[in-house]
Amino acid sequence: MKRIMTVDDSATVRQMVGFTLKDAGYEVVEAEDGVDALEKLKKTPVHMLITDLNMPRLDGVGLIREVRKDPANRFIPIIMLTTESQESKKLEGKQAGASGWIVKPFKPEQLLGVVKMVLV
Amino acid sequence: MSDPVRDAFREESAELLLDLENGLLELAESQDDDEIIGRIFRILHTIKGSGGMAGFEDVSAFAHEIEAIFEEVRNGHLEVSRELLNQTLAARDLLKAMIDDEGESSLRQEEARQLTEALRTFFPQTNETAISAEVSDDVVESREETTERLYRIRFRLAPDIFCKGVNPLYLIRELKQLGRCRVIAQVDEIPTLQEFDAEQCYVCWDLILLTSAGLNAIRDVFIFVEDDCELQIDELSFDDDEDPNRLGEILVERGDLSSDDLQAVLSERHKIGELLVEKNLVSSSSVDSALVEQEEVRLQQKRNSAGTSSIRVRSEKLDLLVDLIGELVTVQARLSQNVAGQTESELCNISEEVERLTWALRDQVLNIRMLPIGTTFSKFKRLVHDLSQELGKSVQLVTDGAETELDKTVIDRLHDPLVHLIRNCIDHGLESPQQRQTAGKPSMGTVHLSAIHAGAYVIIKVEDDGIGLDAEALREKGIAMGLIPANSELGDKELFSLILQPGFSTAKSVTSVSGRGVGMDVVRQEVESLRGTIEIESREGAGTCFSIKLPLTLAIIDGLLVNIGGDNFVMPLSAVEECIELDHRTVEKAHGRNLVHVRGEIVPYVRLRDFFEIHGPLPELEQVVIVEVEGERVGFAVDYVVGEHQTVIKALGKLYRHLQGISGATILGDGTVALILDLAGLSKLAEREEKELSA
Repeated sequence: MKRIMTVDDSATVRQMVGFTLKDAGYEVVEAEDGVDALEKLKKTPVHMLITDLNMPRLDGVGLIREVRKDPANRFIPIIMLTTESQESKKLEGKQAGASGWIVKPFKPEQLLGVVKMVLV
Repeated sequence: MSDPVRDAFREESAELLLDLENGLLELAESQDDDEIIGRIFRILHTIKGSGGMAGFEDVSAFAHEIEAIFEEVRNGHLEVSRELLNQTLAARDLLKAMIDDEGESSLRQEEARQLTEALRTFFPQTNETAISAEVSDDVVESREETTERLYRIRFRLAPDIFCKGVNPLYLIRELKQLGRCRVIAQVDEIPTLQEFDAEQCYVCWDLILLTSAGLNAIRDVFIFVEDDCELQIDELSFDDDEDPNRLGEILVERGDLSSDDLQAVLSERHKIGELLVEKNLVSSSSVDSALVEQEEVRLQQKRNSAGTSSIRVRSEKLDLLVDLIGELVTVQARLSQNVAGQTESELCNISEEVERLTWALRDQVLNIRMLPIGTTFSKFKRLVHDLSQELGKSVQLVTDGAETELDKTVIDRLHDPLVHLIRNCIDHGLESPQQRQTAGKPSMGTVHLSAIHAGAYVIIKVEDDGIGLDAEALREKGIAMGLIPANSELGDKELFSLILQPGFSTAKSVTSVSGRGVGMDVVRQEVESLRGTIEIESREGAGTCFSIKLPLTLAIIDGLLVNIGGDNFVMPLSAVEECIELDHRTVEKAHGRNLVHVRGEIVPYVRLRDFFEIHGPLPELEQVVIVEVEGERVGFAVDYVVGEHQTVIKALGKLYRHLQGISGATILGDGTVALILDLAGLSKLAEREEKELSA
């Protein structure tokens, strides 16, 4: 079973992403922000990461940079959750090593579409 | 109402709103604390994002407005003021009410609108930067396209693409899901093991994809990598009309080879792929990839042609075949005529058999020349599009009966007249969008092009829902031009047909498209030369309809064989309405005017015997064939009507091409020649002659 980590300071988003992915047969690890995510990644390796960009402590772009530094996670797909107004953030995230993005708000099937596409 | 996501959002937002309130109050104390501003911004951003996901669209949209203000604050474009904080606090309270669903929703909406306006006044400039948060559906999109197209997709990913968590296999897998896909990897750039870096992507790909999904669906696959990818998508044509591109041409088109190099190598006449590789002009994998494309295109061509299973024949060959059938029909008629007097039953049987087969063969051969008119129709789509742009009118073309079949020659010759009619409809017929709206019509005008079979005819209609013809204006213009007498009482139909006269135009202005009065008479001439007629119907304010009635084929027609003084003539049966007898008493009563009474209607007639100056004994009873010419009834007096005759039309020689009143000739069963009468031409000639006589 593939394991996916969802990182978001909003419980609503974590819950929705978690529901959708578990329903589709993925294992889900939740993290509240970048720092939390990095800690959990040390203990639990994942196949894919879905992260919000605006978060306290360590934001999404920072998290992506850190994750890519770790040889174990150099090549995992990372999807950013962005909003339409965050075009510059999106670019920053891509440069940091994100694989793709989903624009909030999104529907469960959009999320699943992207996950299934990117996760080989 | 126990939606877990909504509940989670309510719980979460209660906390966030409390934090927001605290943050705003703290900010009132220390007005330029970036940390607090950042926190407020983030809270608003979260409420906006989560609210939208949990189905609180109004909350999300309103939070967006507040967030937009704080973005300005965060970027240092806007100073925090007491006023701003008060408004934001009010907005926070409203957000809370919205989430908890307190109070009247219409009142809340009104409040939200007022607060939004108040907040917008804080923007440093007055430009409209606010974008409302919309639910974007661009990942899941429905597409409706059924025709399959062949695409060549070449992509080369950035070498560091693996470090972005992108596995190129997912791109290929996604493309494969769109349709039939051949994948060719170009591996030339993989270096030797010493130089090889396992984290780099050295391979690029060529794909040949047969899909009905459309170009956008293909582009969507590459959406996450478009900045890290050289992507080239070309549609490959596999029309039956075109030969599949040769290998060299494919390489040139793809930019792998210059056409000069190709020409140079081609002149050596060896197997092109091997040669190009030998000469190091292209790599062998490029050639392999191009070969796959060639194979795929050929395969599609083969499939296409297998689907319809047709062969292409030069139309001259068909013309020859039709000529031969014509001869056969003639010979067969002779056979039947000779056998008719015989008593031997065996010979009669054979003759009947031959007759049956001849007719079947004739029908089949004429059928081969039939083409659906749809190909011509589809050309007009572009015309309508261009014209509507040029004239600033919005026009849609609706076509019906594209499958209606018509003789190829007829279709070819019909093209120009139809173009002219459509131009006229759009330029003169249809009003401008504003005029249409005032008239209570949809602002988009419609041109309706249709074709239907009606017996041995095809009726093609060009119809618009525009302004219609003004019968009175036509009458005035007609009188002014001397085309009709001032006191004439003409019906609408006759008035409408005035526009088919040379030089007739009521257009107030001449546009580049139409209005010079040149053309409608040419349309009529062309239609008549195809043995067709044109009729106009119109209702003022509701539109105009041009109906063109054409015979199915030009080569063989049903004719009415008549005899005058021992000579045979053929009239196209399609024009004939009835035959009546003409006795001497009627002629005498008419006092030298050629008029007959047909059930109360007076019909003028032409004495063909006089017209052609044929002498010889006059029969007791003559016959008048009443025909319809351009909407009018005209009679032609002949000695006697022989009967129906399958007429194979033979063109008159060059010498007789300009002969008026005769449109061709045919050979009868006994080998004699009968002339085919051009009834419209004859009645005009006769009219002119009469005028000259009376003048």
